[in-house]
Amino acid sequence: MDNVYITDRLKKTFTHDILETDAGGDMLTVIVTAPVIAEVIRFLKEEPDLGFVFLTDLCGIHYPDRGLPLGVVYHLHNLGENIRIRVKTFVTLADPRVPSVTGLFSTANWMERETYDFYGILFEGHPNLKRILNVEYLDFFPLRKEYPLEDPTREDKQDRHFGR
Amino acid sequence: MEDNTRYTTLNLGPTHPATHGIFQNVLTMDGEKIIDAEQTIGYIHRAFEKIAERRPFYQVTTLTDRLNYCSSPINNIGWHMTVEKLLGVKTPRRVDYMRIILMELARIVDHLICNSVIGVDSGALTGFTYVFQERERVYEIYEEVSGARLTTNMGRIGGFERDFTPAAIRKIREFLDHIPKVFREFEKLLMRNRIFMDRTIGVGPISADRALNYGFTGPNLRAAGVDYDVRVMNPYSSYDDFNFIIPVGTHGDTYDRFCVRQQEVWESLKLVRNALENLPEGPFHADVPQFYLPPKEEVYAKMEALIWHFKIVMGEIEVPAGEVYHAVEGANGELGFYLVSDGGRTPYRLHFRRPGFIYYQAYPEMIRGGVLSDAILTMSSMNVIAGELDA
Repeated sequence: MDNVYITDRLKKTFTHDILETDAGGDMLTVIVTAPVIAEVIRFLKEEPDLGFVFLTDLCGIHYPDRGLPLGVVYHLHNLGENIRIRVKTFVTLADPRVPSVTGLFSTANWMERETYDFYGILFEGHPNLKRILNVEYLDFFPLRKEYPLEDPTREDKQDRHFGR
Repeated sequence: MEDNTRYTTLNLGPTHPATHGIFQNVLTMDGEKIIDAEQTIGYIHRAFEKIAERRPFYQVTTLTDRLNYCSSPINNIGWHMTVEKLLGVKTPRRVDYMRIILMELARIVDHLICNSVIGVDSGALTGFTYVFQERERVYEIYEEVSGARLTTNMGRIGGFERDFTPAAIRKIREFLDHIPKVFREFEKLLMRNRIFMDRTIGVGPISADRALNYGFTGPNLRAAGVDYDVRVMNPYSSYDDFNFIIPVGTHGDTYDRFCVRQQEVWESLKLVRNALENLPEGPFHADVPQFYLPPKEEVYAKMEALIWHFKIVMGEIEVPAGEVYHAVEGANGELGFYLVSDGGRTPYRLHFRRPGFIYYQAYPEMIRGGVLSDAILTMSSMNVIAGELDA
């Protein structure tokens, strides 16, 4: 099994929902539309010839300048053949809903809660979607890029002082 | 829970001395038996992923120190290797071997603490106080290599800031000579001890299938019978030069986790010894002047060195845009770094795959139906470290 084979299998089954594939990085990266993400993960996990049975990691990412700014990144691992794959999906800020994969992986429970906690991505079908690391009464999602780490009015650290 | 009068709610934590850290568990109890549990975490959350987005790559190392603080060098070196993967830096073999020595020493210490704490929680304090002296020896080695003991900030991107000093080599040798005896004694104290076995066999078990579904890695997964080890499956830092055994258990209970860690210490000792004996000659860092700080005496005396120093510290070096995921076998399991770079001076996004965070969510399932004292043992045998849990 190689990247070409996996890409073919995915494209045949999910056709237009596979938006982009890239085998150039450290592992095959696939971008899919949000509504089918859980189905794609299920397909990768349960098809016997693919066998990505291990969810290594799940996390959010925010690109404020893009049309679909909020992303979820899944890392899956086929332990038998030692192949990793990265699956991404992107949603809008207004409607940040992504189907949950907790039905497929118990480990996704806390990972999705963490992603919700920091990015406000709503995982549909999650049994207990509430904040996990931050306090419950926090009313924003701190890892989004609009929240700068330092006081944004500070001028002594602007790039122009450093020749950038 | 239709009949609430039967059950007691017990708050175990946040600061209970038996949990060795800030963990809260709200337990629903039927007498001594645990019916259900819910964890609250995040008490020492420090927003490392956010902080990392403002820091140049070399400054992120100090954040990784504080993840699993029982084995900081693994975190530091794992992070350096992630950056090296992004930059395409190839490290000399001497660096790889030096890293193996330090990472395996860290693994030994981490496993020693975990196993001796299992002893403490089952009522045997002696082993704990005994092996803590040995931890001290390893911390002296860290001190000799990096200058620090607990939060080591060890190494640099591309290698090490200095070569192993003769004192460091001597201390590693002394440790290797001394520890097997101590360790055999520690094993004698617990491994075939009737009381210890009665307290740990069958306690907090998890099947291989559930463990995989829960994303277990490291000793906890291997205790359940799955031989997944990042060092073997995706060898990094020249681990493929060495022969070592991956110990596995069968039942995934507390005793198996204890035995797997115990056996791994012996394997790690073997690795340290082999790496030290075959330590290749050569430079102790990669030749990457744009990322590796020049020696101080050159900074003061040479123009080029001063320029490089300034550029590195001010973060004016071009970094390729891209994304990498790099995993190392931490003491608790697969410690992954997902790094997204947009070409700027800091990571655009950095996510730590913390094994402790991922497997701790299986805790209620593992302790359900058991008694309270077994729940304490299960927790210490899983080796949940608060710093890693909360990032």
